[in-house]
Amino acid sequence: MERADYVTCRIAAQALDFDPEEHFTAKQTVPLDRFAQMAIVAAREALSDSQIDPQSDVVRQAGVIVGVGVGGMHTLDDAYYRVYHDDIRRVHPLSVPRLMANAAASQVSMHLGMRGLTYSVASACASGTHAIGQAFQIVRSGMATMMLCGGAEACITPGTIVAWEALRVLATDTCRPFSKNRSGLVLGEGAAMLVLEDWDHAMARGATIYAEMRGFGGNADAGDLTSPDQDNVAAAMALAISDAGLHPSDIGYVNAHGTGTTMNDRVESAAIRAIFGDTLPLVSSSKGVLGHSLGATGALEAVITAMALRDQIVPPTANCDQPDDELGIDMVPGAARPASFSAALSNSFAFGGLNAVLAFGRA
Amino acid sequence: MSTLEKIKQIVGKQLGRDPEEFDEGTDLAEAGYESLDVIETIFALEEEFDISINFQANDSDAAGMKTVGDIVRLVEAEIAKKGAR
Repeated sequence: MERADYVTCRIAAQALDFDPEEHFTAKQTVPLDRFAQMAIVAAREALSDSQIDPQSDVVRQAGVIVGVGVGGMHTLDDAYYRVYHDDIRRVHPLSVPRLMANAAASQVSMHLGMRGLTYSVASACASGTHAIGQAFQIVRSGMATMMLCGGAEACITPGTIVAWEALRVLATDTCRPFSKNRSGLVLGEGAAMLVLEDWDHAMARGATIYAEMRGFGGNADAGDLTSPDQDNVAAAMALAISDAGLHPSDIGYVNAHGTGTTMNDRVESAAIRAIFGDTLPLVSSSKGVLGHSLGATGALEAVITAMALRDQIVPPTANCDQPDDELGIDMVPGAARPASFSAALSNSFAFGGLNAVLAFGRA
Repeated sequence: MSTLEKIKQIVGKQLGRDPEEFDEGTDLAEAGYESLDVIETIFALEEEFDISINFQANDSDAAGMKTVGDIVRLVEAEIAKKGAR
């Protein structure tokens, strides 16, 4: 990271192998902040994996919804440093379209030629989950046959990390969700995109279906700015389960929000115990290994949840080497665990009290 | 102005109350402090006294900051460390 001397925190889950030159021409890179680059690459991979003809009408008519927590922070950080520190009062002419929060959705639509309903969703740490939930509703309603949706974030910049340090929630060593030696969260970056397609359309063309999106639940705490509310978090999970036409006992796995803070561990595990009672599902957090990529994280975790269902393997909570038994959940410490389950949830709870939960069924 | 008086001003501003309502024995939680009040106060203290306070919101004991007197001792210790450097 440039200007790293401004930052005390020594850890972030950076995608160090992501090299834009492998994916874009020099000319293509010019209007793209890193978060939009990542969104486009993830979208290309998702569309290619779907094996649908990229020139087909269904793709042309598809929309793109991308969750973004903050937007083009590399562009912003570099431009402000240049203006205020270097005293060069001139920035790149494409600074505005690079940094706008909708750049990821717009650039994906432009690069893949998708002309359907397209926008970004901003709900901080739940953005990716809200984006997928909204795209799901659009496909389910019949408004679109296919939607591309997910999340993208690339904000490992000095300005961003200094601001997170000020909140005093960054981990001192690494992210350890549900572990007694937890010390906070680790910021990450990345993108994940999913192809959501009408079931009959997907079946008719013989598509590989990883999982069935079955439900979406969302609500707002209307309470504390940064601390999640147990009752509302539980209500969001119940909404997703109900929207999916399922019963709590059908859920075999919950991919937790699991940030690695004491507050989230307590509130989320208590909410899970309240909803599931005697039929507690396995619970794990992906943030121990991927960090917290804010607007992208819900999309990354949705992919992991879908793949867990397909493979019937629950991923472990990385770095949970002192499982906090007082939380009363099985957080799958240690190694991945084979399991037989037909439905799973993916939780996201954002600053500002915005909760979003996706319910997936086994295809 | 003494350290205590400055801290009373900061706490009073944080709670939107008259600083004279507080003394060293005032319990912050009983006075109305919530989670964000703690980190906002630590920031205000760092700015006012030009010190750095090692505090992680993840720790439940809030840097040992339970009363106004705890803040005074914390700030005086940090000022002493700064003087020793």
